[in-house]
Amino acid sequence: MVQDKGNKIAKYILIGLGALFIIVMLVIPLVTVLSYSLREGWKVFYDAISDPYAIDALKLTLLATVVTLIVNTFFGIFASWGLTKFKFKGKQIITTLIDIPFSISPVIAGLVFILVFGRIGWASPFLSAHHLKIVFAVPGIILATIFVTFPFVSRELIPLMQSQGNEEEEAAALMGASWLRIYRKITLPHIKWGLLYGVILCTARAMGEFGAVSVVSGHLRGKTNTLPLHVEILFNEFHLTAAFAVSSILVVMAIIILVLRNIVEVRVKKEE
Amino acid sequence: MASLINRVKSKNNNIIPGFGLSMGITISMLSLIVLIPLASVLITMGGMTFHEFWANVTDKMLVSAYKVSLTCAFTAAVINGVFGVILAWILTRYDFPGRRVLDGFIELPFALPTAVAGIALTTLYSDTGWIGSIFAKVGLQISYTTIGITIAMVFIGIPFVVRSIQPVLEKLDRQCEDAAMILGASRTRIFFKVIFPEIFPAALSGFGLAFARSIGEYGSVVFIAGNIPYKTQIVPLLIMGKLEQFNYAAATSIALVMIVFAFVVLFAINIIQSQISKRAQG
Amino acid sequence: MKKVSISAKLKKVLIVGLSAVLMVGAFAGCGSNDKKTADKEPSETKNKVLEPVEITNVSYDPTRELYENYNKIFTEYWKNETGQDVTITQSHGGSGKQARSVLEGNEADVVTLALEQDVNELVTGGLIKDGWIKEFPKDSAPYTSTIVFLVRKDNPKGIKDWDDIVKDGVEIITPDPKTSGGARWNFLAAWGFALDKFSGDEAKAQDFLKSLYGNVTVLDSGARGSTTTFVENGQGDVLLAWENEAFLSIKEHPEDFEIVTPSISILAQPSVAIVDEVADERGTQEVAKGYLDYLYSDDAQRLEADNYYRPSNEDILKEYGDTFDLDLRLVNIEDDFGGWAKATDKFFADGAIFDQIYKQ
Repeated sequence: MVQDKGNKIAKYILIGLGALFIIVMLVIPLVTVLSYSLREGWKVFYDAISDPYAIDALKLTLLATVVTLIVNTFFGIFASWGLTKFKFKGKQIITTLIDIPFSISPVIAGLVFILVFGRIGWASPFLSAHHLKIVFAVPGIILATIFVTFPFVSRELIPLMQSQGNEEEEAAALMGASWLRIYRKITLPHIKWGLLYGVILCTARAMGEFGAVSVVSGHLRGKTNTLPLHVEILFNEFHLTAAFAVSSILVVMAIIILVLRNIVEVRVKKEE
Repeated sequence: MASLINRVKSKNNNIIPGFGLSMGITISMLSLIVLIPLASVLITMGGMTFHEFWANVTDKMLVSAYKVSLTCAFTAAVINGVFGVILAWILTRYDFPGRRVLDGFIELPFALPTAVAGIALTTLYSDTGWIGSIFAKVGLQISYTTIGITIAMVFIGIPFVVRSIQPVLEKLDRQCEDAAMILGASRTRIFFKVIFPEIFPAALSGFGLAFARSIGEYGSVVFIAGNIPYKTQIVPLLIMGKLEQFNYAAATSIALVMIVFAFVVLFAINIIQSQISKRAQG
Repeated sequence: MKKVSISAKLKKVLIVGLSAVLMVGAFAGCGSNDKKTADKEPSETKNKVLEPVEITNVSYDPTRELYENYNKIFTEYWKNETGQDVTITQSHGGSGKQARSVLEGNEADVVTLALEQDVNELVTGGLIKDGWIKEFPKDSAPYTSTIVFLVRKDNPKGIKDWDDIVKDGVEIITPDPKTSGGARWNFLAAWGFALDKFSGDEAKAQDFLKSLYGNVTVLDSGARGSTTTFVENGQGDVLLAWENEAFLSIKEHPEDFEIVTPSISILAQPSVAIVDEVADERGTQEVAKGYLDYLYSDDAQRLEADNYYRPSNEDILKEYGDTFDLDLRLVNIEDDFGGWAKATDKFFADGAIFDQIYKQ
């Protein structure tokens, strides 16, 4: 009983600390963004988000996010499998190389694609001979987004699958189950939360990515502007309120994703 | 059954299918998306002699920027490590009103364009802002100092740590804890003896990622940093400075130093992490 | 020598490895091309004489409103003159960044940037022909600006001139000339004043700049960042700003700030140029030339003045005597600093004067 009481105190202290942290570090900055975006009234807010250029930018952001998500999830599933279920030399090096995009300054992440595909890049003669345009066009934006979010899904899965161990998969393999079957029946149920978090982190980050995309975009209005870039342009144009209004679209999109996640979570937990 | 598996395991590790396929996909995608573009960093520096390279990356102003970036990123990652564990813990183990809402806020730093986050944080923590004015009363300036830089880094790093630990806690077997409890172990003891070893690899990996991301971060940090040379300049800002002079070689050489450093840190973390999980599995 | 051969080898390997990426790129590229032609179709039916034409203007901040309006009057003018429909795509960002993006393959038909030096980099890169500066009147600068002080309402620190801002206890906000091309004008304006004050003694001028930057509390990476720091976050007593940007801040917060014009400042000449490589390839030389020429027309000059740029046509500038302080003494980059190339080497290159004043 005494211990129980202690537990309760510990519980409330921890919850209090966590909630305080989230409020100070995350909620208040968000409230700042929203209050800025509405400080000149709803009209300015509405005009900012219904601007045709803002809508073009939203479409491009959605396109880049969806493609990125597909590519990175595909990669994450295979990479985490290969890197946790087998022993081989150089495994740690590959794992670390996958993490590298995290640590590269976004400025450089964009620049590397310029140095490959740009007018000064080494692939440029080939590209111009075939009239291909990658950077300063939509493919470049997608590539840069994939690059910066590349490790997200695999990063979530690897530690989880490592701590899981291989016994169950080995048993199933001995019984002759195919890879797909093992993955669906044994591995996936263990890692589904990790996968879900990975996918959501990846989506959120892909939507909000600014630095790298800014370098490869060229900022052509209505063509290669993503939402975060549109925000930057508005900011630079002395339209601070409109800039914050447009960023609140991104916040709303993030909230939609989180609501979806919660629905999935509740459903899956019910099934269990 | 277990003995059978062990016997097979010692003979041949590759009974699990999918090695060729998964590693093929992993390595080719890794090369195309990450390694080949990164190699152009080396190509761009091709014309530089080692001497020039060294002089460039050990410039006095740059060395002080390394210090600022590293100290702030490390501090931020430690703070994130501690709060990340607390947050992951309360979000998975306790049920309380508003838990889902709290949970939902974790990813938001990612969705906000970094520049917007930077501007909002700067406003908030400047001596006229909501939070900054409170600290200004006791004479503590946050925006435009290294404290401000650290706060921006905490902001962008927190999702990594929480979301790394959370799935591990979700699936952690509660039976061990319950057993320990019945045996009369105290909560703190259980946490440090039973739970902590389990989540340590995940926490470490979250720490490493938050750290690595903070070092390279530009958009959100550049507004809150005062950017005063030798005091509050971060490394990515100096890279921008080189680019503004159209000096690609100098910019990429600084980038290379950053990449190598990040690689070493992440590599070390990966090694530790796999050692721990190997030991855990006996 | 050995190094070169290694990187050459590496290149070969990479080109081979690239083919797969290209396939993906080609795939996506085709997709975007389709979209382009689809977008064009509606306007195509209108005109039979001349094919409609599309040009891209890569510009800097904050010229968006200026060019948004200018593009309207130009499209109308060009339609009347030639019967041709023209669509203009705008791009805005930091001047140096924008120049770099054009150098790296962002296909601009015309550039309208903040610094002559940024255009010169495109000459070095082979995109623009030498002698561009004489292609349009007034050194290819249809409008100009200058550096002024933005201070808080009623000027509590009594700031009148450059002398006042180097005093102890005055906090200055200005962007970093290393990362912001536009900020180089601020530095040079102060240098112009100091050189005049100390009758040409450069050592003293450098000390003056040292105490000026000693008073800088936040050195943002760009001009817009500095404005936010000063205006929104209440930092500092004086903001060194482009005149047109200072006017924009006043427009946004008329109650809170005022502009102080120093005794000496600098003639900031944003440069415009045709990007020959792109315009030749696309066959847009003519419309690009028309686009930049029309910036000197009376209508356009007034529009520029309405957007707080000083029109280069002196008669029209006089019409706006109420807005702009016309008595200000202006030094200029050509006569007083020997051109941008020299000024960059002397002040802003690594280890040059700007780095020296921060040396510990």
